[in-house]
Amino acid sequence: MMRALEVFASTSRYAAARAVGGSVPGLALGAMAPLRLVTRERPEPPGPGWAIARPRLSGICGSDLGIITGTTSLYFSALSSMPFVPGHEVVADLLTDCGDVPRGTRVVIDPVLPCAARGLDPCGPCSRAETNRCDRVTVGHLAPGLQTGFCAETGGGWGEQMVVHASQVRAVPDDLPDERAVLLEPLACAVHTARRAAVAPGDSVLVSGAGSVGLLAVLALRRLTEAGRITVVAKHDAQVRLARAFGADDVVRPSSAMSLVRRATRAMRVSSTRSEDGSGAVPAVLARSSLGKGAGAGPFLLGGVDVALDAVGSAASQDTVLRSTRAGGRVVLSGMPSKGADLSPVWFRELEVVGTYASRGDAFEVATRLAADAPLDGLVGGRYPLHRWREALDHAGSAGRLGTVKVTFDARDRS
Amino acid sequence: MSRPGLVLEVDDRTPPLVVHEGDGFRLEEFPRGTRVVYPPESLPSVPDVEAAIDHALRNPIDARPLPDQLFAGMRLTIAFDDISLALPQMTRPDIRQRIVEQVLTMAAAAGVDDVELIAANALHRRMTADELRYMLGERVFRSFYPQGKLRNHDAEDPANMVHIGVTDRGEDVEINRRAAESDLLVYVNVNLVAMDGGHKSVPIGLTSYTSLKHHHNSHTMTHSRSFMDHERSAMHHSAWRMGRVLKDHLNIFQVETTLDNECFPTAYGFMQKREWEWSVKDQAAALAARRGLALAPTSMRRRIFQGVRAPYGLTGISAGEVEAVHDATLERLHRQQMVELDGQSDVMVLGVPFIGPYNVNSTMNPILAACMGLGYYFNSYRGKPVVREGGAVILYHPVPAAFNALHHPSYVDFYDEVLSVSTKPSVIEAKFEEQYATDPWYTHLYRTSHAYHGVHPFYMWYWISHALDHCGDIIWVGAEKRSVERMGFRAASTLDDALAMAQGTVGRSPSITFLHNPPHLIADVT
Repeated sequence: MMRALEVFASTSRYAAARAVGGSVPGLALGAMAPLRLVTRERPEPPGPGWAIARPRLSGICGSDLGIITGTTSLYFSALSSMPFVPGHEVVADLLTDCGDVPRGTRVVIDPVLPCAARGLDPCGPCSRAETNRCDRVTVGHLAPGLQTGFCAETGGGWGEQMVVHASQVRAVPDDLPDERAVLLEPLACAVHTARRAAVAPGDSVLVSGAGSVGLLAVLALRRLTEAGRITVVAKHDAQVRLARAFGADDVVRPSSAMSLVRRATRAMRVSSTRSEDGSGAVPAVLARSSLGKGAGAGPFLLGGVDVALDAVGSAASQDTVLRSTRAGGRVVLSGMPSKGADLSPVWFRELEVVGTYASRGDAFEVATRLAADAPLDGLVGGRYPLHRWREALDHAGSAGRLGTVKVTFDARDRS
Repeated sequence: MSRPGLVLEVDDRTPPLVVHEGDGFRLEEFPRGTRVVYPPESLPSVPDVEAAIDHALRNPIDARPLPDQLFAGMRLTIAFDDISLALPQMTRPDIRQRIVEQVLTMAAAAGVDDVELIAANALHRRMTADELRYMLGERVFRSFYPQGKLRNHDAEDPANMVHIGVTDRGEDVEINRRAAESDLLVYVNVNLVAMDGGHKSVPIGLTSYTSLKHHHNSHTMTHSRSFMDHERSAMHHSAWRMGRVLKDHLNIFQVETTLDNECFPTAYGFMQKREWEWSVKDQAAALAARRGLALAPTSMRRRIFQGVRAPYGLTGISAGEVEAVHDATLERLHRQQMVELDGQSDVMVLGVPFIGPYNVNSTMNPILAACMGLGYYFNSYRGKPVVREGGAVILYHPVPAAFNALHHPSYVDFYDEVLSVSTKPSVIEAKFEEQYATDPWYTHLYRTSHAYHGVHPFYMWYWISHALDHCGDIIWVGAEKRSVERMGFRAASTLDDALAMAQGTVGRSPSITFLHNPPHLIADVT
């Protein structure tokens, strides 16, 4: 038996969390959360190529919070199996051999569960080494789950033990501390994001959001591409400092983002509604109303950045990037989407919208090289035992405001 | 008989004094010994304005009478100061209307058909049709506006501009094509302050960024001491050089007018009286105004003050050759506004009122408030600044971070972007000015909407260069801390707090001078 945090199916809690999650996140992350600390059976390797691992640290990702607070799209409900132990940003010790990797090795995992992990012949994407695009994530000898941390049979980083497949594990260099290693998975995602962004030399880039997704994307864009001016939208002072340290040229508050992009790119700014005074400002009553938002009210640019990246997933952030990208530019959706934005700019500006999910190929190897010298110290700002999960989630939910980038669980800690 | 200006020394009997602070005012008790500078009372105004105008046009200084310069088939352009003058706006009829009507009457009598009127707004916002109608009257408006013969100057229309030449210092002289290609250009000034008029009229009012950047820059502004003394103002030296180039190419008939100090209507009459002379009625009006304004929401206060119309009287009018006319203007203006002040002080106190040249029918944003206090009022001296070098300036204004999106779009970005990088005029000039000056969106809004030009907030900031260079401390009383700090200043709750904060700069018992304006005054500091 082992202790683990478990997400369980609860329609009432889901509905309650969804109803108040946005406005009272404290409730959604506490009493209403469909999460509990349980003692449950240790997960067993479901087939050949699987091994047992003991997590050291496991990060709390925005997608984890989205599941718990009910803000995640129901689209993903078919891609998980209940109850599951969350935690896909994991640094762990192997307790058994795993393919070529001997037991005792400290590893991180690529959490996607492709055909190889499910005992299936490679599907089309898997045969092209595009494992993050696997078409078989709901079948095979494993319960449905788009990743470890969303699958009922693998366990996850928020438990004392989990199972990992040989296709998932990556050995961690001895000189890379756990606090850096636990960031390798999100950093690998950022590497993949930078590649998906296909930034041409000198391209101007806007990154909306300066949480871990946004900051690491800035790092990857700066280190792996020849991006020109990188502008980051950040809400909090600590994020401003970090964004600059990671390579941003400009950091702006959300309210000023479009103005600064307009200035920097010499774009024209227009407003989709006309105010009575002719100023172009959206009438307050319309801007506040759902009617106005749904109708696409608000300013946008004719011109703008070459590439924009949404690292939040909210409708507001998506609106910002869609409305600030030049015609023919590229919009990269890196944050897990919650609610949809107005897609009119995609049509009118002929935007290329690109999704970026997890990672593939050598992204972990590249991330490991980046992590060796990137200014990642201090990014892990909270380390909690499992039984203090409410505090941990509360901390993670307010991370930006509190100056924290990544909050983690240490399942070994029983204090 | 009007009384001259006065320097009062505050003692135990001095009542609280009116201090303007945006869309409101307070009654402030100043420390004993504070010098309070009151402007002179209004000079006698011209009893028959129409006759005075007629006389000036027919008897110009160093020029042929206007009727003699008008002939059939000629091209006549009348340019006039825009809505940045007078402040507050004049009660109707505006003096510009009266002069323009007489010029048009003379032109009609001479058989002149080709007449156009141009608001000399330079890089200011375009005036609206209603504002033009208010300024020039219904008859002029209806006769010219529908045909496009009454319009705003457009400094960003290349076809509308013509490069006349360069000065001996290499400064470009570029002005409005219609004005440049006219047989006669009549320029109608409202000389509210000594800074206006002379060669500042045509070379600045009808020009473009190409010319303006030669004198509207941090270096020139820092070395203009002061703007109210054109002989010691580097900005005016440049404008004068440009004006002399123009003189060889253009026939300019300059009309300059001076006003008295009646800048408040009867309801606010107490504001331009000396407080110890307030009648019971004045005291009641002040009390009612204070109470009413305290209860009124911001938008209502703004409407109230923007609705103020000044019953200015005309103290004189001169017409003819630019420099000769301006000399006569300055003589009258100095009589109306000059107050002798013996020596500088450690601290200068200013109340920034609700209106400045660039927020007529608009909002006084933080940059404009700074410009009004540290640009205009600080520079309202002749000889030496009122405050000693390294001294402190204390200003009153709430300085809300409120902007008019229609009129001041580039100000919003200037405040957010530029001032967050630096508040040093030379630094922001080097790093940002050209970007803003050539920004296509700002240019579009300047040309087609009612926005100040993209570079305008930079000019406002350069306007305070001399104050920034001269003062050791700048503190705002009753201001929003955040917006004041964004501009690199400090905020205090009260005058006592401000003086305590300034102790490090001026000591525990500083000498203090409070400029009690508006009405306008020029401190002649010896």
